This record gives sequence, C-alpha cells and structure tokens, in this order.
Amino acid sequence: MKISGAKIVVETLIEQGCDTVFGYPGGQVINLFDELWLCRDRINHVLAAHEQGASHAADGYARATGKVGVVIATSGPGATNIVTGIATAFLDSVPMVAITGNVPCDLIGRDSFQEVDIVGITMPVTKHNFIVKDVAELADTLRTAFRIAKSGRPGPVLVDIPKDVQVALCEFTPNAQPVIPYPLTFAHEDKLAQAAELINSCERPYIYFGGGVISGKASAEVIALADKIDSPVGCSLMGLSAVPSDNPRFLGMQGMHGHYASSIAEDEADLVITLGARFSDRATGNKQRFAKNFKLIHIDIDGAELHKNIPANLAIQGDIRDALERLTAMVEEKKHPEWSARIEELKAEEIRRTENALSSTAEKDCGNCAAPCDKSGIPAKDRLNPYTIIDIISSHADENTVVATDVGQHQMWAAQRYPLKKPRTFLTSGGLGTMGYGMGAAIGAAVATGRRTLLFTGDGSFGMNLNELATAVSQKLPLVVVIMNNGVLGMVRQWQTLFFNKHYSNTTLDRKTDFVKLAEAFGAKGTRVSTAEELEKAAAEAFSYNGTFVIDCVVDCDEFVLPMLPPGGSVDNIITEIK
Amino acid sequence: MDQYVLGVIVSNIAGVLSRVSGMFTRRGFNIDSLTVGETESSGFSRITIAFHGDDDIKERILQQLRKLHDVKEVEVLNKHETVIRELLLIKIRNSAGSRQDIMTAVEIFRSKIVDYSPSSLTCELTGESSKIDAFIELLKPYGIMEMCRTGIVAIERGDNCLKTK
Repeated sequence: MKISGAKIVVETLIEQGCDTVFGYPGGQVINLFDELWLCRDRINHVLAAHEQGASHAADGYARATGKVGVVIATSGPGATNIVTGIATAFLDSVPMVAITGNVPCDLIGRDSFQEVDIVGITMPVTKHNFIVKDVAELADTLRTAFRIAKSGRPGPVLVDIPKDVQVALCEFTPNAQPVIPYPLTFAHEDKLAQAAELINSCERPYIYFGGGVISGKASAEVIALADKIDSPVGCSLMGLSAVPSDNPRFLGMQGMHGHYASSIAEDEADLVITLGARFSDRATGNKQRFAKNFKLIHIDIDGAELHKNIPANLAIQGDIRDALERLTAMVEEKKHPEWSARIEELKAEEIRRTENALSSTAEKDCGNCAAPCDKSGIPAKDRLNPYTIIDIISSHADENTVVATDVGQHQMWAAQRYPLKKPRTFLTSGGLGTMGYGMGAAIGAAVATGRRTLLFTGDGSFGMNLNELATAVSQKLPLVVVIMNNGVLGMVRQWQTLFFNKHYSNTTLDRKTDFVKLAEAFGAKGTRVSTAEELEKAAAEAFSYNGTFVIDCVVDCDEFVLPMLPPGGSVDNIITEIK
Repeated sequence: MDQYVLGVIVSNIAGVLSRVSGMFTRRGFNIDSLTVGETESSGFSRITIAFHGDDDIKERILQQLRKLHDVKEVEVLNKHETVIRELLLIKIRNSAGSRQDIMTAVEIFRSKIVDYSPSSLTCELTGESSKIDAFIELLKPYGIMEMCRTGIVAIERGDNCLKTK
C-alpha cells in the first residue's frame, strides 16, 4: 500500500528505534506533524519554545543516552534556528538527525516564502546532509542518515524534505531492525605493539582522554590500562564523567581551566597516551610548548584527528575500546613509585592552592563594582562561592543525576568540582561553547531518562534560552536550574580584568530581571539565595519538588575561574591565585 | 612546498563539488586547480585537484576528504608515473606584423589554430602546465585578448587505476 512521504518519515523514525523527537511545527512540516499526531501513541513529540531549544534538547537526549537525537523544524527560520544546535552537536561528536521541511521542489531557488538553502548552510557543520527530491528515496535516505550519525565518530546529519515529497505517495516496507553502524576501524596489531613498547620503557606515563572514551564506551578499559601501568589519568572537558571523579588515579580535567595536578602531571610525564581527544586549543594552550617534554601516543577512531593539532610520535586509528583491550594485554604490569609520589605531591599542592584562592576571594571587598550582585550586608564568610554551591547541590543529587551546564564561568566551576560517577551524566557544550545550550540539553536529558535533571547556568547564559522554561513546565519535567547569578558576563569579565585593564565593556548586566518572579511567570517555582544556609534549604526543596525549580544564587562578580592558563600560554604561566 | 595532484572519485550527485571544495575552504587549504567530469560509470565523477603544501597538509587533506560521505576514493598521484594534461584556449590580436611570429610559435608548441578572423586568432594547446605557461608568456607581447585554461586532469600510466572498490 502506498503511504505519504510524511508517514514514511514517521514510520522510518519508529523503525530506527526513535521514541522521542523534539521540534516545532511550521508551514512546510504540517504534513509531518499531522503524521506525528496520528502516531502519537507510538512516538512522542516534545514541543520546544524555540527551534534552537529543540535542537539542544535532541543533543541532550543523545548525550544522556547514546542514542541518536532527532529534531524537526520547518523551512527557513525554523531551519536556521537549529544551525547552532547542529554545530554544537558537530563540534562535540553527538549523534543527531535533523529533519527540516522545505518549500515544494518547484519553488526551490526562487526565494520563496521561508525558503533557505539549509543543505548549503549546514554543509560545514554536519557529517553529511541530504535533500530528498524523490519520495522513493526518502526511507533509505533517512536510514542512511541514522547510519552515518551513529557510525565511527558520531555526529549530526541533516535531511531536508520539500513539502511535495512529504505529500507524495510511495510504497513503504519497514525494516525489521534499525540500521547498524558502518564497520569500525580497528587498530593495527604492529602499531599497538609499538605502543606497548613505548609504554613498557617509560617511567612517567600519563593517560589523557577525551569524549571519544564516552562514545566508544571505553571507561573500564581506560582504568584497566591505568591500573596495569600505574599511570595517572586526566581528561579534556569532553571526557568528563567517563571515569568516576573519585577514582584515585583521576586528576581531573586539564587545559585552560583544568586542575593544577593534571596539567602539571601531564607536562612532567615522559609519555602521554591520548585516547579519543583532539587537542583543542583550549585543552593544550600554546601548541609549540604543549608536547615539548613528552612522547605522545594518540589513539582515535577518526584518522583525521591524528597529527591534526599536535603531531604524535605514534598515531593509531581505531576503536578505542578494542585498542585498549588489546594494548592492555600487551603491556607489562608496572609500578612507578617515584612518579606516584610526585603525583601525590601535586595533588596536595593543588589542594593548598585551591584553598588559598578560595580564602582570598572570600575576604575580598566588593569595591566599586556596578554589578547588582546584592551581597551587601552578608558577611564574607557566609557568602556563596561557586564551589560551595556545587558541593551543596551535588550532595542532594545521586550518581545517576544528569548534570547539564551552559557556557562560561559556572561551566568551568562545575567541570572542576562536580563529583561525576557515571558516563553520560555531564552534558556541556565543549567545542562550540554555546551559551544557551543548557536549558535545551537538560530538557532532552530529563525526557530521555525520566529522572530529575540538574542544570548549572549563569545569568548570562540563562538569558539566552530561558524561554525553554515553558517547555520544561509543559512537559512537567523535574529540573533543578541553578543560576550562578553574578550580574556580569563573568568569563569575559575575567579576561577583561586580567588582560584588558579592567575595561568592563558590555559585561556588566544592568538588568533588573527577577528570576524568582520569572520562574513563577513560566509556571515553575523559584527562590533566591545568598548564603549557604539558604541554599541548603532551597536545594532540599528543589530536589523534592515535582516540577521545575529555579534557584537563583547570588555570586560575587569577581569570582575567578582558577587555575587559568592564559590564552596562548602554557603550564609555565599557570595562574592559580589572583592577588 | 611541493605541488600535489589528487585523483578523487565521488558519487555523481548534486552538491558533491560544493562538499569537496567547501572542505578546502573551511579548513584553510588552497586549491591550485580543480577539474571535474564524468567517468566511465554514470554513478561516479572524477575530480582532479592540484594544490601546494607540505607533507603534513597533504595528509590532512587526504584524511578530511576520506571523511566525506560522497568521496569514494582518493589518491595522491605520483607525478613521475602520471600523465598530466591541461587545455588552453587563447585569443590573440591578429595583425600583419605579428601573424608570422605567432604561426611559428603555434607550430613549435604543437598548438592548433581553431579560429581565425582578420583581427584575432584563437589557439588551442594541450600539455603540462609548464608548457602552457611558456606558451602564454611567449604570446604576451602580441596582445592576449582573452584566454581560459581548464586546470589539470591526470591519469596514472600503466595498469594502475583509481577505482572504487
């Protein structure tokens, strides 16, 4: 029997195991939304407040589950609104299928109403994209899109479907199974043997991993290798949550705002084994200086990442989990007592430096700052510092709680401090650094997991997509939104303080937004807190509240994210304290 | 910096040229020339890309091209074992004073006059890029009215083929 293109889309999504799609209707996807309505008992559609929010929700859904996230938007502005979400997913290798409607084929190229060339626009930020002009090719194109999205290094794929193709009729036979990914590349045996040789002869090994360990499901294998060769472990922002942060070998994130111990340990290592990371400039600092002191083994599923940013002494293309299993079997069991002692020293030094930095900000006077952070009358010792906020909030969450962030200072504080236990529990826009990512991502994760989800955001980032509170409320999602409200765009302000003679150009938010009233206006609940005691109470309420709860935390506008490698700098210039 | 010549087999579908050339633009690689045409199989086109770069850039270009879904085969063609050709069409001012010199140049370069009018003549020349460069240089004094070059096409000598598996 012949069915419409729109129905083929919905049937193919269901066939591919898709239970939830995120989107927003519009003129050129009415047919598709009609089918979604007809099939509403088989597939759930989450209506966002804005297409960008829908795209981040699809991303959050994918990151929290490992499944392909699906977003649907109409042509023109609907399509351009998801570009940021697609680029965010692309830069962080998140499997996503974006479906856009377009004007009918005979209107394409005529600057018709709500027409854009979304295939052209998204070409550089997708793994691949399609426009389907023949309904007979629709089902297989969608299947290929899913296949590309989840194969090898995952990423977003866009399928643009003109309206007449959604209307046209065609035979359709559902496949019994979702498509399987393209075959993986596996590491060459002799390359692994060379790696084993380098590892056996090194004295100060260091394992540095990225998001590839999460998408490659290789967390246990990383620990197994680290245990066998007695190596400390650190990661990039994207690698966070792959290894429990309380694992004694884990030194934390490294890079521009990475932990002191991990950054220094890597620099003092004689061999760095890098797994599924791309050496972004934020992770390395000065590239000439970065790998000066150690030999480098680089293993990645994507051959194009090898030698791209940092040349490796030994580059191996292949699936991380498989490579690690085989490599761990090849290496000798080792102990490096001197190196381990040095690592312990670095950890102790880090604790000392962190405490110093915290106490110095606590005592600091607010001065003549114009930021309306409203901490007058609060004794310095009672003020909320970012780490306290994270500690209190995390004590109410459990190991399965998914934590989303926006972008900026709060993101780095959460990345440094939040105790993560399980892979896929930390959702953050690492590569693109998308302010406004958090609300959508948290919604996607909450929908996917059915559990209370946590968002750390700042007053700047939250302002970018706070309209998605409407979505969270209408979906009855138990979100806890923690705003670190310092009245400024803190990360840029930090740079202005350090590198631009305190010219606070356009970073002081002279806004009068009342986030408590705002939450209430959206139908959520909100409270404002200025002290640890108040936060403790608010957190207890938020984590037992059956719905979305916003906690507006007053934070000093001159809290810094430390440590910091200055832009273009290296561990030689690490800043751990602001005098 | 050396010049490299790539043979690339791609799916013969709309947008494929954008994908390939777009990859060069957004990764900051420069293209010297790019030609595209049909192959013996209607499902595939062949793109010949010439670019200058070091070994590192060459490797990165290869890796990035291999990631494109529509790219089926990529190879660096060894210049010593490859026939490389470019086609030139050039229109020169025709005058009694210069005609004989131009005819001599045409003959020596094994070029061909493909159009003739009292005031202009158009020549066709096939060869390696260096030969084309030399021919153009030689004709400059006589007044080049317009010209176009195809960019290079290249095919390996002997049995070696760039085929999709």
